[in-house]
Amino acid sequence: MQEWKRQEGDETIFRTCAWSPPGCHPVGCGLQVHVKDGKVTKIEGDPDHPITRGSLCPRCLALKEYIYHPDRIIHPMKRAKEDRGQDKWEQCSWDEATDLVANAAKEITAKYGAETIAVFGGTGREANNWYPQWANLVFGTPNSVYAQAGWSCYGPRMTNTAFMMGGGYPEIDYAAKFPDRYDDPRFVAPEVILIWGKEPLRSNPDGLYGHAVIEMMRQFGTKIIVVDPRITWLGTRAEEILQVLPGTDTALAMAFIYVLAKEDLVDHDFIEKWTYGYDELVERVQEMPPSRAAEICGVPEEQIWRAARMYGKAKPSSVAWGLATDESTNGAQLGMCLVALMSITGFLDAPGGTTLGMGDDQGSVVRDGGSISADEKVDDATDSTLELALKNGIMTQETWYTKRIGVDKYPCVGQVLWTVQPDEFLKCLETNDPYQMHMAGFVSSNPVGTAIGAEPQRWWRALKRLDFNFAVDLFMNPTIMACCDVFLPVASTIEHDGMVVTHYGLNASFYGAQNKCVQVDECKSDVEIMLEVGKKTYPDFWNRFEDDEAYNNFHVFRSWLPWDELRDNVVTMSNEPYYKYKEGKLRPDGQVGFPTQTGRVELYSYAYANFDEDPLPYYEPAAYGPTTMPEMMKEKYPFVLTTGARRQEFFHSEHKQVPSLRQITPWPQVDLNPEDAAEYGIQEGDWVEVFSPYGCIRQMARVTPIIKKGVVHCMHGFWYPEEEGSEPNLFGNWKSNVNMLMPNSVNAKTGFGNTFKSMICGIRKADSLGGPNEPDHIVLEKSRQGEFTVQETWRPADSPVVDPVDYEKEMGVTK
Amino acid sequence: MTQHALYLDLEFCSGCHSCELACRNEHDFDPETNGIKVLEDRPIHYPDAPEGKWHWDFVAYPTEMCDLCEARVERGLMPACVQTCQAKVLEYGTIEECAKKLAEKGKKAAIFLP
Repeated sequence: MQEWKRQEGDETIFRTCAWSPPGCHPVGCGLQVHVKDGKVTKIEGDPDHPITRGSLCPRCLALKEYIYHPDRIIHPMKRAKEDRGQDKWEQCSWDEATDLVANAAKEITAKYGAETIAVFGGTGREANNWYPQWANLVFGTPNSVYAQAGWSCYGPRMTNTAFMMGGGYPEIDYAAKFPDRYDDPRFVAPEVILIWGKEPLRSNPDGLYGHAVIEMMRQFGTKIIVVDPRITWLGTRAEEILQVLPGTDTALAMAFIYVLAKEDLVDHDFIEKWTYGYDELVERVQEMPPSRAAEICGVPEEQIWRAARMYGKAKPSSVAWGLATDESTNGAQLGMCLVALMSITGFLDAPGGTTLGMGDDQGSVVRDGGSISADEKVDDATDSTLELALKNGIMTQETWYTKRIGVDKYPCVGQVLWTVQPDEFLKCLETNDPYQMHMAGFVSSNPVGTAIGAEPQRWWRALKRLDFNFAVDLFMNPTIMACCDVFLPVASTIEHDGMVVTHYGLNASFYGAQNKCVQVDECKSDVEIMLEVGKKTYPDFWNRFEDDEAYNNFHVFRSWLPWDELRDNVVTMSNEPYYKYKEGKLRPDGQVGFPTQTGRVELYSYAYANFDEDPLPYYEPAAYGPTTMPEMMKEKYPFVLTTGARRQEFFHSEHKQVPSLRQITPWPQVDLNPEDAAEYGIQEGDWVEVFSPYGCIRQMARVTPIIKKGVVHCMHGFWYPEEEGSEPNLFGNWKSNVNMLMPNSVNAKTGFGNTFKSMICGIRKADSLGGPNEPDHIVLEKSRQGEFTVQETWRPADSPVVDPVDYEKEMGVTK
Repeated sequence: MTQHALYLDLEFCSGCHSCELACRNEHDFDPETNGIKVLEDRPIHYPDAPEGKWHWDFVAYPTEMCDLCEARVERGLMPACVQTCQAKVLEYGTIEECAKKLAEKGKKAAIFLP
């Protein structure tokens, strides 16, 4: 095992674990960074890393191009408010930049209250640690914002897990917690892995090293069953691939449970001892026999029986659940079924089954799914961010309980996630109801861009109107160009010290050190930047920390390991045992069982019942789809649109400016079935206009049988950083942006989920990428949510958006 | 001199392109130059194949720019592409060792000499 830092000739070689920036989930892949004269000369995988063992994906391999990219912003910048939208930035000092941010915050707090400040964070990145800390501890506002409609990433799965199992996060067992990995005598390989709505090889899924699935298939003969609306490459290596119609898979999951119960492929001993509500669940799924699910999902009935039997008979079996669980309005119910499928086989937290985490929360999740009283004396060093904010007088209890936007309407969202409900927050920005917002910070988040904000033109207009905005990022992007006044350049993963824990600590395989290898110009780490601003906004608290190491030790690494030990180890395996529920390792009181109301896995969920949601899973058709909108589909939008499948060379909207990554996929691709393409006269490589009731974009045709006839998949995240950045073009933000086709506020009863995985659209052949979306002729649809009554009829609790805006007029586009 | 080769289990090459980038990093190639290249045989369902059984293969093959990472091997390291391969389907060895692997695998595998 090599030291964390060694000298070879004139090079220093650092071993480090990656997180972000650039955007990635906390998988913590092992890097060896070669440095000469303070500059990176080469990046390669770290053969001593127990999980990745020398492997790396293209994004980290291209890190040198990324950190030294000529377009990277390497000095703080400011811009006059009246120049928003125009490329009129001026370099300034860190002191001036942080003064501008801190003074704006203080003035706005004094005038309107701290709650009128919001801090945005992008998905999965290390910034997930920072944006609530920026909000609660630097500004004293309860309004942290994850801007994706319906909080459609990870949050719903976290909530499902918290409600039904009490915390942690279930992940397939790939011996990821043991130093000797697959050689550990405790480990047994899964016989079958059920991969649902997930492409683990491409998606860097929150902590799972995806290619471990292939390792286990090759080494142990592990078999896989894949449920996906597309035939994925991994799916072609599966025993069964169930190609569902987008938005219908809750029905399929219910049918799986039906088969397991009917054929008695369950572990009665486990069910009796450790679950609650099995009989009620079985009674419920009687309404969804495979014959009915087959009709709904477009999957042969015989295949459902076959796949479910295969899963039920496997010993052990494991479930990998993906983002698709989060992105639909019926997703919570899908998640309930999948948690049931992991559990009733008896392989929950068993070798080769689905592992659970100890549920440590890295200081960013509120204990037991609720906030605590400020008077409660808790050890400072293990306090959550919220507890710190309350105890140090940075935020009041009243502010937290009464000012967080949208959680009064959707308390279920606010229960486990301590952010706003995003769709309600957008309405608040537009209508000043319940109060007017005045300032926003964007910490590695780009809601006007192409990966997160549905109807991005609404976010654009609403955010541009605020009094003051700043960003912490590496590259200019549409949100910053359009809306911000100050740009604070942040350090990448190899430019700062830090920690990465798989699944954000919710199911820790290991604790990895992010070791600082180089300094790039004036860039600072997120923590350094928070410290600088925090010392100006709330000095009493922030002056406790001399530097980033002091703060990291106090609030980021917390009770785990002190920094020097973490750094020297590079990787510290969690070594968590199996069957934690039998040993009292899941509940805070040390009792056996699960940290839920009943102490069991709640297949019948009291927590959902408390939020007026059905305690048992049910199937509900997608808001926009063949069941709900047959007429509209017949007339104008005959296709079911799905989006979000990942490419390994990009993390959402990032990496488009990195040459060796962009050349792998130079243009956004829309997948069309050959029969559909032929009908519309579209050939491979043609530009295609894809339109929904909400907008119109262009992507390039990939004609492929992997997508079913009648279904279209659009790539997400595409913009053109090489194009004009000033408004209205904003780097081609509106050209190929699939979020232009997606509404906000089409959420489930709980406030979760949206239409990203199941929308309706039409297609037609186009001549080029340009046409209606060239800079001099941009088409930005007014928000048409008021015109569509879907929300009113389908979910009466939601009101349609009033105030349709003429975006083109606001943007000064002349026709 | 014993001749070395690359063995590929192409049944499980996932087409991630990591080998291409690792190779360029190692040799300081520009983005247009490949010492190893991933080719795709796109998905198709052959008429005679069972329902649900699809063909879709990636093949990573070394080009004439590949020197099998002589300099790395001399230092006791694996070639860059082999080390970085996420699916761990690329292996390095003598022709004989690779041939043995090929025979053991029995299907969907290949040996390459650059």
